[in-house]
Amino acid sequence: MNLQDGVKARFIPDRLNSRLSGHLKSWETLLLAVAVVVFVINSLSSPYFLDAWNLSDASFNFTEKGLIALAMALVIISGEIDLSVAAIIALASTAMGYALQFGVGTAELVAIGLIVGVLCGTFNGVLVTVMGLPSIVATIGTMSLFRGLSFVVLGDKAFNGYPTSFAFFGQGYVYWVITFELVLFAGMAVLFGILLNKTNFGRAIYAIGNNPTAALFSGIRVARVKMILFMLTGLMSGLAAVCLTSRLGSTRPSIATGWELEIVTMVVLGGVSILGGSGTIVGVVIAALIVGMVTFGFGLLNVPGIVMSIFIGLLLISVIALPIVYRRVRKG
Amino acid sequence: MKRILMSRETMLALAIILLTGGIALRFPGFIAPNNLALVFNDTSILIILALGQMAVILTRCIDLSMASNLALCGMVVAMINASFPDVPITALIGLAIVLGSFLGAMNGVLVWKLDIPPIVVTLGTLTIYRGLVFVISGGAWVNAHEMSAAFKALPRSVFAGLPVLSWVAIATIGLAFFAIRRLPLGRSLYAVGGNPHAAVYTGIDVGKTRFVAFSIAGGLSGLAGYLWVSRYAVSYVDIAGGFELSIIAACVIGGVSIAGGIGSVGGAVLGALFLGIINNALPVINVSPFWQMAISGTAIIVAVALNVRSERTKGRIILKRAETLV
Repeated sequence: MNLQDGVKARFIPDRLNSRLSGHLKSWETLLLAVAVVVFVINSLSSPYFLDAWNLSDASFNFTEKGLIALAMALVIISGEIDLSVAAIIALASTAMGYALQFGVGTAELVAIGLIVGVLCGTFNGVLVTVMGLPSIVATIGTMSLFRGLSFVVLGDKAFNGYPTSFAFFGQGYVYWVITFELVLFAGMAVLFGILLNKTNFGRAIYAIGNNPTAALFSGIRVARVKMILFMLTGLMSGLAAVCLTSRLGSTRPSIATGWELEIVTMVVLGGVSILGGSGTIVGVVIAALIVGMVTFGFGLLNVPGIVMSIFIGLLLISVIALPIVYRRVRKG
Repeated sequence: MKRILMSRETMLALAIILLTGGIALRFPGFIAPNNLALVFNDTSILIILALGQMAVILTRCIDLSMASNLALCGMVVAMINASFPDVPITALIGLAIVLGSFLGAMNGVLVWKLDIPPIVVTLGTLTIYRGLVFVISGGAWVNAHEMSAAFKALPRSVFAGLPVLSWVAIATIGLAFFAIRRLPLGRSLYAVGGNPHAAVYTGIDVGKTRFVAFSIAGGLSGLAGYLWVSRYAVSYVDIAGGFELSIIAACVIGGVSIAGGIGSVGGAVLGALFLGIINNALPVINVSPFWQMAISGTAIIVAVALNVRSERTKGRIILKRAETLV
């Protein structure tokens, strides 16, 4: 039974294989259907759901996590995983708060957030590509390390008093109810879609995820691609740190706790195979929308956050299990 | 001889001795037998959980839901004890173990029958089990005064010089040693993780073995749930939050390979003790406890780096290819 799976995992999800691409298409259709159902249920169950401003507020439930999910999707497609993303947010945010005490301006704060993110990502990349550590344990380690450093700097205190102009990233509106974060997320989603589908780099990611050895023998610099992906994830985590810090207006070492799991959930829900090699950005974006809407809808019904997480957990398992069960049943 | 000297367990034991020795130079009280017994007692729950996690990791799986499982079982027995103080403690312990095994078996079934990757399954159940703690308790705490005296006393009561909690850990270690060395199950854990394809041809049911490993990890989480709640005499939604990573850290530091098939009971126990000693030593040597997280993170990274190097010399690189097949 394992041998069969092995064969399945090795299908290359490309246009050449029409059956699999058809399946992927139906996956996104399924997700879209789930999104519509969630939307309709939400609209019916609370009169406050279909309000432009409320929906705009609701978008914060997924924009920051979604930014990281885009990069995480590429990492997972390449067959690796990065569990340290939330800890990178904590460290980047702490670095920004620390710099704030020396009176730096908004531009420098953003730069510091992004640079710390890239540095953390580079550190992960070195552990995985240069030292050859399995990414799941290496990033569990750096997750402790990065957040631990944040605790060392902050202890039980918090950084406050970010400049007013800094607030734009997490609280600003571009036009009417359209938030800066939403525009940023949409723009990044398009960029990542192009990167994954229209560039050599994107094809290399799929190739590596399907068979790293074959990819290496086809002349793909596997280590370099993976290194770039970890740096990219670090960068996006830094970007999310800028947005989140700006939105909250303060930094605590416990900032974004547990996000790594929610982000992985979004990516897997979006149809990215946790084994690597397949997945699309469209799927991840729809999954982010679903998670955001579910969270918001339950929030309107006064359902506590932790009960929502049960639902997200069930959604994660059932969305993956159902197609498998369906295929089994059909096969007889 | 050289292999024993250079083995992971010996190196780790040396590191632990050096560590405690260094602390003892400045604070001789730290190595007083009393204090060492305290440190062991404090690490007991981590040891029990690390042994369960090791069984799972040996089969190339991972269980991220252990801490949530612990919290759920702990809350169930605490609430029963608060409402019906007459239910005997042994029945509660039995219930915790059964419930824990059931929760672990849920993970196992999904991995076995539906072939969902373990990390996805347990990521899901991690949030589900934790959410269920909230659902059954309504977010309320079960405090010390609501628990019966017997419920709280058991892990603390001293037997032959050590608290029962320590004895439970010692018994678990003993059982694990026996199971790993003497039972077919123990050997099949290694076979499944070392090379699943070869295991199939040897007649080992890979999925079923994983299922059993998850159930064992679940049962130990349930047991740890009772121990945790009664020892700290409080139960609330967030108990042992984030502890799943400490459990994995203990295994990894102890030389259990995340790629499966490599690891030993002694290693996992020493890995847990290493973390326990650091946690207990920081306040003694006047380092802010906020350093704890960063230090264990560094320890994990160093340990994995050492694991990878030692695995490479054994020529396991060939088997690593098989990993992508599973």
